[in-house]
Amino acid sequence: MRQLYRPLLSLITVSSLLLSAPIVQANPTPPIDVVASFSILANITEEIGGPLVNVTTLVGPDADSHVFNPSPADAKSLARAQVVVINGLGFEGWIDRLVKSSGFKGKLVVASNGVKPLDFKEETKSHAPEQKDSHDHSHKHSHKPKTDHGKHDHAKHDQGEVDPHAWQDLKNGKIYAENIRAALVAVLPTARDEINARAKYYIDQIEALDQDSRMRLNAVPAEQRRVVSSHDAFGYFAQAYDVEFFAAQGWSTDREVSAAHMATLIREIRKDKVHALFVENMSDPRLMQRIAEETGVRIGGKLYSDALSAPGTAADTYLKMFSSNVNTILQALEP
Amino acid sequence: MGKATIMEPMTMVDFFWSPFAEFAFMQRALVASLALGLISGPVGVLLVMRRMSLAGDAISHAVLPGAAIGYMIAGMSLPVLGLGAFITALLVALLASGVSNITSQREDASLAAFYLMALAIGVTLVSVHGSNIDLMHLLFGSILAVDQTALVLIASATSVTLILLAMIWRVLLTSSFDPLFLAQYGRSGRLANQLFMLTVVLTFVACFQTLGTLMAVGLLMLPAVAAKFWSRDIPTACLLASAFAMISGATGLLLSYHASLPSGPSIVLTAGAIYLVSLFVGSHDSLLIHTIRSTRHRES
Repeated sequence: MRQLYRPLLSLITVSSLLLSAPIVQANPTPPIDVVASFSILANITEEIGGPLVNVTTLVGPDADSHVFNPSPADAKSLARAQVVVINGLGFEGWIDRLVKSSGFKGKLVVASNGVKPLDFKEETKSHAPEQKDSHDHSHKHSHKPKTDHGKHDHAKHDQGEVDPHAWQDLKNGKIYAENIRAALVAVLPTARDEINARAKYYIDQIEALDQDSRMRLNAVPAEQRRVVSSHDAFGYFAQAYDVEFFAAQGWSTDREVSAAHMATLIREIRKDKVHALFVENMSDPRLMQRIAEETGVRIGGKLYSDALSAPGTAADTYLKMFSSNVNTILQALEP
Repeated sequence: MGKATIMEPMTMVDFFWSPFAEFAFMQRALVASLALGLISGPVGVLLVMRRMSLAGDAISHAVLPGAAIGYMIAGMSLPVLGLGAFITALLVALLASGVSNITSQREDASLAAFYLMALAIGVTLVSVHGSNIDLMHLLFGSILAVDQTALVLIASATSVTLILLAMIWRVLLTSSFDPLFLAQYGRSGRLANQLFMLTVVLTFVACFQTLGTLMAVGLLMLPAVAAKFWSRDIPTACLLASAFAMISGATGLLLSYHASLPSGPSIVLTAGAIYLVSLFVGSHDSLLIHTIRSTRHRES
């Protein structure tokens, strides 16, 4: 609950900053146009840029970046933009063509620059990679049914090498914020102090939420920290906070599930005694309901992976989204 | 078929029975695909006989705006999506047959005109509503996600379709042989035609929830076209087509289970394989028969 008040606190601090700013600088520059590829980046940029930026989002709240179709209006806002923020790591397959065709000449920020990318190969197993206290599980999982081999090859083939969902680890979120801060300072050198102050405040918030989340999740016994999600987007989360994620569906939401994948998953849930199932904000909930019925686990609520929720709802900022995910997982894991 | 992925030796029971015995989702998928196969047969054969093979394709697109409106009203609720889809598809079918009755244009031409407009409206609705993924889910339903509600929906649609077909069977048979028959028969012929369009629409609403609109056309048309290579008699062809469709459903599910392939395409590809086999070795009008005949001609 505490986290929910932090944005409010930040708003108060920020507005006091703003009130003092015009007196010193007399607000010399109009806001610059920034285009962010999807809602999470847009939110981080807004937190850091505040009134200095005018952010347009290409893939809005609750929409899916994997199957995005750019419209001429998107190309137009891209052409006007002074800064474009993208995630990188192959997340926005369509961005290169769009940037080229729009004739954009500003500064392109790859927010994930400097993040240590997770390999999809180890992540398709959907388990946290080797960590101290999950050792016994990983050992058990190496004896998986042979049907898995085909699936793994597929996954590697279809998905390329790295997992783009780096923002699901708040440590990476700090890197994102830092990259965006540096870009904004480079474009708006006159507003350097204000941007730096906002960024510092925001990064402190990320840091606090990171520590808080880690503490609360690690209070749950390790063998209970096993969940299934309908989207294989939580590799970074799994690694950072030591929660095991089993995937119900391949990484890309536009791929159809096979009966073999469903069967393997149901067997694993039965075998590993997974506690909770999560339906995320854009996947087909019908598949999850089938699995829940078949295995008797309970559906734990919504986890947000690739998009924020609509403005004014529970997960409309990056930090609120993250703390909503942590709360949802904790609620579902509690006996 | 599962050789690449399954290494242990498998018994027949393991292969054909265990998947259905172990998993309830496989049982439901099987029941759904058998029920859909049953009605796909006669509806598909009659469409082929009436030279409206592509009507199925047209109607499968016409369901989109209704389904989109249904989604806006009630979210992922199968009955509401189904009802919306049913209403717009029926509207398109009736408008098309109405226009072709009044003007001299053929029914497939006016059907094309109306379904394209419906499709455009559907895509617009989905885009304005925002989320792209909804459209994908409407277009590619998953037979693995069939639940109780969906089964009831499929069962009702199947039953009503069968009853309607029985009622208009005679008129349909005669008119399929003689395209001018309907015109001569006047009013009741037109009514039979409209009732037939109703059954096509019903079949689709049942199919698209499970296989998705694109795959549904495959299950409807492929077995029907394949059956035509085995019999000229329409009732026999209908029965054969139903059998082919049901076999495709069951085999496709097993293929999806053992070879780790997506379920909808597996079912349609199985139906496609049956079509190809029929095309080559069928007992009527197949490539084999044509070869034999031309050899005989040369000999005599």
